[in-house]
Amino acid sequence: MRALLNLSAKGDEFVPPSSRDFVLPPIFEDIAFLTKPILFSFVAAILVGLFFSASARKAAVVPSKFQFAGELVYGFVRKDLGTEILGHEFRRFMPYLFTLFTFILTNNIFGIVPFIQFPTFSRISFAYVLGIIAFGVFHYVGLRKQGVKKYIKDIMFMPGVPKPVYILLTPIEIATYLVVRPLTLSLRLFANMFAGHLLLMIFFLGGEHLLQGAVAMKFVGVLSFGMGIALTFFEFLVQCLQAYIFTLLTALYIAGGLADEH
Amino acid sequence: MRTYIELAAAGAPNPLMPATAEIIAGSIAFLLLFLVMRSKVVPMFEKAYAERTAAIEGGIAKAEVAQAEAKVALEEYTKQLATAQDQASTLREEARAAGAAIIEEMRAKAQEDAARITAAAHASIEAERAQAVISLRNEVGALAVELASKIVGEALDDQARQSRVVDRFLDDLEKSK
Repeated sequence: MRALLNLSAKGDEFVPPSSRDFVLPPIFEDIAFLTKPILFSFVAAILVGLFFSASARKAAVVPSKFQFAGELVYGFVRKDLGTEILGHEFRRFMPYLFTLFTFILTNNIFGIVPFIQFPTFSRISFAYVLGIIAFGVFHYVGLRKQGVKKYIKDIMFMPGVPKPVYILLTPIEIATYLVVRPLTLSLRLFANMFAGHLLLMIFFLGGEHLLQGAVAMKFVGVLSFGMGIALTFFEFLVQCLQAYIFTLLTALYIAGGLADEH
Repeated sequence: MRTYIELAAAGAPNPLMPATAEIIAGSIAFLLLFLVMRSKVVPMFEKAYAERTAAIEGGIAKAEVAQAEAKVALEEYTKQLATAQDQASTLREEARAAGAAIIEEMRAKAQEDAARITAAAHASIEAERAQAVISLRNEVGALAVELASKIVGEALDDQARQSRVVDRFLDDLEKSK
């Protein structure tokens, strides 16, 4: 990689993509706050909202193809993340989990949609928002289900553990519940999208730069593009997986709050 | 780490730092979508699921009822069939018995008739024979008397004597036979 960059750097200066490329200018100069990720987070919300509202509108027993398409996604979240993890109480968490999954998935896939090509969650603010919401939800569920006293006591002193272990376990548990869980949720999503986008940028921008060089470098440039295309497919996998993992972990944390002992 | 610090020094922004506008925008977008999902999408999908479940369970229940009904009908049919077979065999048995009785009766009647006809014939023959004997006797008597009177020349007009003579003649006739 280093050699490749050095080679290309011999011509006009190749600037490798960096975190600078994630700070996008406003789309319209007059509206300072409206950047690409902000616009497309709303676009995602509107698209997803419209699609599933239209799909679910009739709620027919024998679904149309359109309703079936919506139900396929809903049924996946309902079964794999709802009933199997949250059990009989899954119904009241379905709006949250389904929003989470579809919103993250759509925004992630924006990363490889031509002309959009920017995953919203490569901006960490969006990932923080979802992490904070998840934090609020699973603590609220736990507090409501078990009562303030028992919930805090169970976190501080996990039942069924020998007393000396608390010296180690209590700080770990407190850190887990207050910091690690929401932060890892956010960071996992953000880092995957950030790294994926950076990787694609390197291969495509690098390839573009190499194509302007000598014949041998053009060959490498074509290879770089090929690699970029292969990585695009890989990114699609990562994007789906990250949406699933975020929702899955949120569901698991909620299930932990619902259980009598965690 | 060094490179990162260098990059940061070169003016590359820290990607872990949140931006206020994005936090607000992300929250609003997520909340909007959540409200749509909660008010429209999830209830409608759940409704479809519930109705589908009800329809399937209803169908199963209906099928079970139909199956039970069919089973009852089959049992009834089988029972009726068995009864009918019983009745048929009873009827057949009765018919056979009745037939045998009729044949027996007919035979008895025929025998009786035959006996009666035979007896009547016997009686008739006997009566004709007796009549013939009487008639013969009278004729033979008359002939004999006539013959005798002719021979003897003596009028045998006396009735008593006549019959006495005939009897004697007949006795002789029978003895000589």
